[in-house]
Amino acid sequence: MSKFSLITKGLLKENPTFVLVLGMCPTLATTTSAMNGLEMGLATMFVLILSNIVISLIAPVVPDKVHIPVYIVVIATFVTVLQLLMQAFTPDVYKTLGLFIPLIVVNCIILGRAEAFANKNGVWDSALDGIGIGLGFTLSLTVIGIVREILGSGAVFGFKFITGDGILAFVMAPGAFLVLGYLMVLFNKLAKK
Amino acid sequence: MEYLLIIVSAIFVNNIVLAQFLGICPFLGVSNKLSTASGMSLAVCFVITLATVVTYLINKFLLVPFGLTFLQTIAFILVIAALVQMVEIVLKKVSPALYQALGIFLPLITTNCAVLGVAINVVSKEFSFGGEAHMLGLGEATVYAFATSLGYGLAMILFAGIREHLSLNEVPKAFRGLPIALISVGIMALAFLGFSGIV
Repeated sequence: MSKFSLITKGLLKENPTFVLVLGMCPTLATTTSAMNGLEMGLATMFVLILSNIVISLIAPVVPDKVHIPVYIVVIATFVTVLQLLMQAFTPDVYKTLGLFIPLIVVNCIILGRAEAFANKNGVWDSALDGIGIGLGFTLSLTVIGIVREILGSGAVFGFKFITGDGILAFVMAPGAFLVLGYLMVLFNKLAKK
Repeated sequence: MEYLLIIVSAIFVNNIVLAQFLGICPFLGVSNKLSTASGMSLAVCFVITLATVVTYLINKFLLVPFGLTFLQTIAFILVIAALVQMVEIVLKKVSPALYQALGIFLPLITTNCAVLGVAINVVSKEFSFGGEAHMLGLGEATVYAFATSLGYGLAMILFAGIREHLSLNEVPKAFRGLPIALISVGIMALAFLGFSGIV
């Protein structure tokens, strides 16, 4: 696989949200606005790239029997690093995303990529794979965030262009499920053609 | 009275799946059939309650006194993984019948973010059930965790019932599978929104 397609495959062909359907919890919970979705995507990408790099390096020496616990510890370490960095430099973002930052540990995308890609590929390829899948995840979260923000408050990235109140339900829990469901339908329709 | 408020709030008002978005993967994954859904709910119920009590004690008597709270995430996930493994071993020995029923679901629970989510929430967030906001004591935390997991079971079993009916209907091609499931959950969440304001 060419280096370029390693990066682009996450956007459409192996999109983590719409095709692989992984990491649903942060996808639904943090996409109340476009900005929140983008931030959550970037935070996940940070952990994904670093854990992919380290796991591809240590995979040859980790005994097969304990590989899952070892990978989880690697991932949890990077999540802790991310938590400390965010608390120091972007405390507001850390507050909004809240619980879902520590929960990156159990995001199946990251363990999934470790198992499916990083443990049998080189460092360089694994890093690119992390960037690609991370970009795909960020893109889908941002798209869902944009749709919910438009419907819920008539704005995109905080710029209000529709006057009046939005449909509050789209910022709340039901809207997350509905928007993701209908976007998946759209994705299926377009992907068929 | 306060315990009653905690229970109502955790099951209906702040339902873990429909309002807090935790544990969505297994919720969507094993809700195809009513029997597997109830098996999974039982296993989750067991593990969430046990894990919350253990992580609460570890946090209070180990991490906080030694100033190690930054290790919370790593410590909790390791504790949960070990606990699930232990429950599996004990269950196999003590109650083979229950092990048969829960067996395949147990390993999946380690990566169920509902377990880690509730454990972290309980030790890091202030809750207010009618009264003043405060950190939960051990008793309240246990009741909260148990009620939350009941809410998980309720949402899961209700949804499995809906899904069993859905599978008998003709659904447009692009909607088949996950999309129609997500839209159904959305409508269910809309119904649960009606509970907000009770507590």
